[in-house]
Amino acid sequence: MTPLLSVDGITKRYGSHIGCADVSFDLYPGEVMGIVGESGSGKSTLLNCMAGHLAPDAGQVVFDTRADGPRDTVTMSEPERRMLSRTDWAFVHQHARDGLRMGVSAGGNVGERLMAVGERNYGDIRDKAVDWLGRVEIAADRVDDRPTTFSGGMQQRLQIARNLVTGPRLVFMDEPTGGLDVSVQARLLDLVRGLVRDMGLSAIIVTHDLAVVRLLADRLMVMKSGHVVETGLTDQVLDDPQHAYSQLLVSSVLQV
Amino acid sequence: MTDHAYNFAYLDEQTKRMIRRAILKGLAVPGYQVPFASREMPMPYGWGTGGVQVSAAVMTMDDTFKVIDQGADDTTNAVSIRSFFQRTAGVKTTTKTADASVIQTRHRIPEEALTEGQILVYQVPIPEPLRFLEPRESETRKMHSLEEYGLMHVKLYEDIARHGHIATSYAYPVRVEGRYVMDPSPIPKFDNPKLGDMAAIQLFGAGREQRIYALPPYTNVVSLDFEDHPFEASKANHACGMCGAEHSYLDEVIVDDAGGRMFVCSDTDFCESRQQAGHMGKDAA
Amino acid sequence: MIELRNVSKTFTLHNQGSAVIEVINDVSLSVAAGECIALTGASGAGKSTLMRMIYGNYMTQGGEIRINGTDIVAAEPRAVIGLRRDTLGYVSQFLRVVPRVPTLEVVAEPLRAVGVSAGDAEARAKELLAQLNIPERLWSLSPTTFSGGEQQRVNIARGFAHTYPAMLLDEPTASLDAKNREVVLTLIEEAKARGAAIIGIFHDEAARDRVCDRQIDVGQYTKGMAA
Repeated sequence: MTPLLSVDGITKRYGSHIGCADVSFDLYPGEVMGIVGESGSGKSTLLNCMAGHLAPDAGQVVFDTRADGPRDTVTMSEPERRMLSRTDWAFVHQHARDGLRMGVSAGGNVGERLMAVGERNYGDIRDKAVDWLGRVEIAADRVDDRPTTFSGGMQQRLQIARNLVTGPRLVFMDEPTGGLDVSVQARLLDLVRGLVRDMGLSAIIVTHDLAVVRLLADRLMVMKSGHVVETGLTDQVLDDPQHAYSQLLVSSVLQV
Repeated sequence: MTDHAYNFAYLDEQTKRMIRRAILKGLAVPGYQVPFASREMPMPYGWGTGGVQVSAAVMTMDDTFKVIDQGADDTTNAVSIRSFFQRTAGVKTTTKTADASVIQTRHRIPEEALTEGQILVYQVPIPEPLRFLEPRESETRKMHSLEEYGLMHVKLYEDIARHGHIATSYAYPVRVEGRYVMDPSPIPKFDNPKLGDMAAIQLFGAGREQRIYALPPYTNVVSLDFEDHPFEASKANHACGMCGAEHSYLDEVIVDDAGGRMFVCSDTDFCESRQQAGHMGKDAA
Repeated sequence: MIELRNVSKTFTLHNQGSAVIEVINDVSLSVAAGECIALTGASGAGKSTLMRMIYGNYMTQGGEIRINGTDIVAAEPRAVIGLRRDTLGYVSQFLRVVPRVPTLEVVAEPLRAVGVSAGDAEARAKELLAQLNIPERLWSLSPTTFSGGEQQRVNIARGFAHTYPAMLLDEPTASLDAKNREVVLTLIEEAKARGAAIIGIFHDEAARDRVCDRQIDVGQYTKGMAA
């Protein structure tokens, strides 16, 4: 089986400071990988390098494209990469405001990616938007409301709908439940898990919340100071961590 | 100081050359916004500084100049700009569309079809059609270069969602030669169909924003729309009160304090020509 | 079906002076299809640890653990996930689910994961929940709010939803009343009858004697260790 995403030797420096160093892994279709580590460990830098938001100093990010098979997205042309990021890729930001157009209605937010890939029938676009709002549990009668009138949890769900409407195959998530109430987090986790299963999505989830990765991720990567210190099955890394830092991380979590 | 203290058409020759280079580039890449070093003009921004600089750059001694403001030749703005070029260039001026070789316009295209050899110069306040949804200039330029125009339809989508139809009635975005999306300046969308396949050269100047763009003669220009909400060149559903014209763009004029109103052609030259030819509207005295 | 060869395990506590604790030393055992064996030994002898190693939940430092031919010690995470989905079931003592997910979905999920249709999976889930005496009015609620005994039964229903060829049972009859205990033992007997290889931990000696073919004292592998 061909990996959907094959990351090889990704390195990003900020001057003399290391963002992330020599990160490699394969992600297969349908797999969800969690990346955990403390603030400044390089997990967001790595995510942004993979998603094409940052240019890595070294390394490859090979994506199995629909048309041409595996391609290095670091060296592919910008138009191609931007095309990927509004079709086969999705990026869910920690702050919904960063991933939404706050001045555009919920329906327009969801419809944008459809229009970006050439859909030109208002009725169809609107129907799909309403369908997706339903899937993320936003009532159809909110379709013309702006996200500024939505709660934080609704905004985050709208962001997810906006990202998934074009049926991407790979979703990057940066702290998707950060800043949300615990009850809202649970609802969002359930939603994401269901979508991942039903759509056969692969996902890379950056978070510092170990409970989130335990529920969502098949595999886990622990980062510290820009380096990957441990990888493995999520429950194995959490229940029997091998590296000193992973042990510290796991033992630092308050038990509920 | 005499009027001869100015160079021909106010601007110095180097500046005019610089502007002409921008115009030529604009004509070579229809719809593409060419940056240029806009000069301070003896009038405030928003009064047509971009249009004036373009007019100055294309004007020759032999030209006949016409200025229209919302269709009219007799408003302050039109009168001022006309007299500006009378004084600084000494060119002939006219109000007759057919007699003019250079026409500077604010917010209208003349009703009378323009011909080869004529130049229509538009005054443009905001040249970037994507600006209202994407404020970052760096991003909109990238979107143009990569032909990522989905956002333009988001604006139209929002219109329909809010009003039930595309409510954008002026500055209606167009796609030029299947490539660049362009703001046609705040002309009513009634004028949009005239943009395409026009025999005259169309030049667009934005002074404050320092951009020039252009449509060479007979360019393909398509107004954006949805399959189920097609573009419509709408106008008030009346005939002109003065000349009786049924297919011209109309201004609504309030005539008394009792809510009385009449509709008249916004293109004053067109209206007067028809009246002289004997056409009469229901409100004509 | 399940085969352990010279398996050993140590914990290294990096944050406590790098203390190394040996917990399992040189275990070899095999379980054939249709066979059920019990792990015995005193509390702390390493029964649960060994079971977690077999599931791939704990890292194994030496030896190999083959499930249906695949060595879980050396396998890629992806292979382990596949094995857990299709081949190797595990009923732990604790229920771990996403909050808010209805019980019926929790139980049907292992079936959905192996490609059973939503309707069929749900039908099987209902059957199991009814069998284990979970009142029908609870099916649409999340099990996170249930009592310990109810959670345990939901966990068992989930564990037996898919017919895994290999199963690990950690105290499946603990905290159950006589009626439900009987249901669980019947489920285990049915699983054996269809050819599942089972390793279990039972403190309930009567249950152990009834369903297990052999007993293995884990204590013998940890004797003399500083535990």
